[in-house]
Amino acid sequence: MKKGTLKQILLITDGCSNKGEDPAGVAALAYEQGITVNVIGILENNQTEEVGGLKEVEDIALSGGGVSQIVYPEILSQTVKMVTRQAMTQTIQGFVNKELKQILGSNQSIEDIDPEKRGEIMEVVEDLGESSDLEVVVLVDTSASMHDKLPTVKESLIDLSISLNSRIGKNRFCIFSFPGKRKDIQKVLDWSPQLNSISEVFPKLTSGGITPTGPALREAIYQFGKKSLLRSLRNESTDVEEFGY
Amino acid sequence: MRAQTWKNSDIDFKPGTKITGKWYKNQYRIKGKLGKGAIGTVYLCESGGKLAALKISDKGTSMTVEVNVLKSLGQVQGTRLGPYLLDVDDWVSPYGTTYSFYVMEYLKGESMAYFIKNHGNVWVGVFLLQLLEDLEQLHQSGWVFGDLKLDNLMVLSSPSRVRWVDVGGTTQKGRAIKEYTEFYDRGYWGLGTRKAEPSYDLFALVMVFLHIYYPRRFEKTTYSEKLIYKKIDEVKPLQPYRNPLKKAIAGKYKTSSEMKNDVLQIVYQAQNKSRLKKKSNQKVTNIPFYIEMGGISVVAIGFYILSLIF
Repeated sequence: MKKGTLKQILLITDGCSNKGEDPAGVAALAYEQGITVNVIGILENNQTEEVGGLKEVEDIALSGGGVSQIVYPEILSQTVKMVTRQAMTQTIQGFVNKELKQILGSNQSIEDIDPEKRGEIMEVVEDLGESSDLEVVVLVDTSASMHDKLPTVKESLIDLSISLNSRIGKNRFCIFSFPGKRKDIQKVLDWSPQLNSISEVFPKLTSGGITPTGPALREAIYQFGKKSLLRSLRNESTDVEEFGY
Repeated sequence: MRAQTWKNSDIDFKPGTKITGKWYKNQYRIKGKLGKGAIGTVYLCESGGKLAALKISDKGTSMTVEVNVLKSLGQVQGTRLGPYLLDVDDWVSPYGTTYSFYVMEYLKGESMAYFIKNHGNVWVGVFLLQLLEDLEQLHQSGWVFGDLKLDNLMVLSSPSRVRWVDVGGTTQKGRAIKEYTEFYDRGYWGLGTRKAEPSYDLFALVMVFLHIYYPRRFEKTTYSEKLIYKKIDEVKPLQPYRNPLKKAIAGKYKTSSEMKNDVLQIVYQAQNKSRLKKKSNQKVTNIPFYIEMGGISVVAIGFYILSLIF
């Protein structure tokens, strides 16, 4: 089986978008292009989970085919990893389910198979999750209310890269913050396998007033396209590059 | 595909509830709750007059992965590493939701911290060696424990042996550790990766023994390595083993048998020392024995001379 690259957008926000197109719509677009959108909503410590603004969090992930979770800052680190891994498994399981349906008929899914066989299928899913390559565009909301949560976000992202880089598969991350200066999003870190270098960049982020979640997501989708274009160019000249090693 | 949000849709069984498997139709009667983890709840149950532990969860995927681990551990020759797996099935609730469950051997014991407190520090060395032995076996069969922590260990009685109760974090060598707890995780301390390799478990093993003596744990600082070294030095019962413990923190052991040899060396040395002490004690206490011997010989010689005369 050929191992593909899993593409994810990880959106970290604390509330409602207030500018531009509907983020759930953009997330659906992303999903159509094979990109999963995961969303983590961060609560204030005195907030309860019933806050209206965070309904959007769930909606975006639902239409983006991803995982959403609403958390207090203390357990952000744990959640970021859980959400990413869970979404990877979910995506792979989706592929496997599709294959199974072709073999077993349209009403069958993993749950309809007896536990013995299910175990064998899950082993395949796990194998793929371990060895697939992964690309994540991290999108961090830096609107004013997020300001004091940014150090925690930074820690969580470094920790995420420790976990993912312990896998067999390769990883690429890039980080964007939104709103940017005069733009919808601003690049914090270009595609890179490690996130250790973000320690210096992160504290310099400025926070703005608006939250253009939809447009920011659209820009994030664009990042994948940009990279694959670059890669196809590179693949053409692989023979030449090989000598470089 | 359906997006998944984590909600607390946990089921709460009352004692007396009967659960019948969807596939294999085995019946279990719930007796009480044993514990609750990130994935699922564990209940004490009874089936055919025998007690067992039943773990049930709505996270089917994670449960299947755990079952796979338990099955592979069952195939490891020799000592039993994890609890014995008895049954795997689904349960459909009256509301139509499907939950996955598995039934395993019920291990009854006491916590390692409690045991050492009651039975003395000599057990530190014993448990350290027992755990290193088990880890060695596990590693040799291609697995790494991952989530090694005090809560996942239990001391079973007669003979007192430490056993693993939750093997959910067990990961194949070379992969990324599946499940871990911050305090025990070298990644959290900035002292290594989360790649499943023997040295990952050995780091966690040291933290297990630190956790016994620092029940409230401690937080990381910029100089994690120094901090952990200091914490080891400050615990008197750990003093004899401080060198191998520190080496494990530094990730200098490639296998558990290397560490086990170092610990064994220390145990032997300690034994010799205490035996030497006993011997020197014996010399002092032996004087009355010599006097007695002398007395008996004098009487015996006396009788002998008398027998010669008459």
